[in-house]
Amino acid sequence: MIAWALGIGFTALGLALALNLFRLIKGPDVADRILALDTMVINAIGIIVLGGIASGSGTSFEAAMLLALVGFVGTVAYCKFLLRGDIIE
Amino acid sequence: MSGGFSLGEILASALIVLGAGFALIGSWGLVRLPSLMERLHGPTKASTLGLGAMLIGSIVWFQLVKGEWTTHELLISLFLFVTAPITANMIAKVHLHRLRLGEQPGPAGPPASPGADSDWATYEALRAGTPGCFDED
Repeated sequence: MIAWALGIGFTALGLALALNLFRLIKGPDVADRILALDTMVINAIGIIVLGGIASGSGTSFEAAMLLALVGFVGTVAYCKFLLRGDIIE
Repeated sequence: MSGGFSLGEILASALIVLGAGFALIGSWGLVRLPSLMERLHGPTKASTLGLGAMLIGSIVWFQLVKGEWTTHELLISLFLFVTAPITANMIAKVHLHRLRLGEQPGPAGPPASPGADSDWATYEALRAGTPGCFDED
């Protein structure tokens, strides 16, 4: 049963990543592209978590935690650069 | 896999399917909605909630089926729930500033002014008595 749930989850998250890629390419403004990248990071964390359940080991959660941290810092750095023209003032 | 399933397996499977569905709905909203202010709602609410459901499903799976107690998922979901509003606020500020610079507002038009005698906080100068204003007067 967990195998079926993981299959549905991987399919839904892969489809979600494809939709985010569409918005990343099409996005009329830079803010749309930043939002699409942020959502891609969230969906990638979901894929890593599901992979951790599928492999049965708890070691992939460090990767998910690091991706969450780096994704947040990256999004804030993009936004600060566009708002202020500099990242660390 | 024949016969009845355990409670932990059923609960973890339901939470995983629910969370992946919410993440997919959030990304679909990112594609479907017309303007950026509306597009912000999909990923920041639906996708974050879906990821929280998947992480709770992972906790349930490792606790009830594998018999291990893991807390990394709680850390990840706490961090994501704290940072999602911050990133949404920053992206909305970028959008407002680019609108002021004369970018195309999109089919939904620019967002309405928040009040009669005031403007969006990111446009206004700092006033005395508000946080972040260090002018002595």
